[in-house]
Amino acid sequence: MIEYALNFGFVCVALALLMNLYRLTVGPTTADRVLAVDTMAINAIALLVLYGIGKSTAMYFEGALLFAMFGFVSTVAYCKFVLRGDIIE
Amino acid sequence: MPFVVELIISLLIVIGGAFLLIGSFGMIKLKELLPRLHAPTKASTVGLGGVLIASMLFFWVERGHFTIHELLITLFIFLTAPITANLIAKAYMLLNVDPHKDLPPSKQDEGWATFDPIGPEGYDPSEEYKEKET
Repeated sequence: MIEYALNFGFVCVALALLMNLYRLTVGPTTADRVLAVDTMAINAIALLVLYGIGKSTAMYFEGALLFAMFGFVSTVAYCKFVLRGDIIE
Repeated sequence: MPFVVELIISLLIVIGGAFLLIGSFGMIKLKELLPRLHAPTKASTVGLGGVLIASMLFFWVERGHFTIHELLITLFIFLTAPITANLIAKAYMLLNVDPHKDLPPSKQDEGWATFDPIGPEGYDPSEEYKEKET
């Protein structure tokens, strides 16, 4: 039964990523694109965790953790660049 | 694996996936950025939380020993989601909102913090505002 639930989850995450990709390409403002990338990082974490359950290996957990950290750092860095014109002052 | 545990894990995965989809659907459904900031909070709390709790339960039953390292991701996302939302809103306001037309007056010597850059030593942004008024 977990396989069916996993397939459902994969389809949901794939559709969610496509919707985020639409927002990333259409825009219209810079902040919209940053928000789209941030949401894509969250969806990528969910995809990695689901794939880890499907393969029943904990190896993908580290990848998910890295995605969580770098997604946050990249979002903050880009927002900081827009706000101040510089990242590390 | 017992049937009840399998049912709970499947239910958590389905709920998480549905909320991830709803959160991202809000990204294309809502019209402006500030309402749109509301949508991914669903994905990052219930969506990701459901999937991670399902993973935690699955490896607990599969391996036989309980680990909470999935909670690290949940904790990290819960801590950082407000910060990113705040910074994105500030970046949007700086680029797309006119502080003189769209915002109420701050009723202080300075303007709103997002629009008043910190200058070099001895620079007082409030002087610019006083000059504009006269």
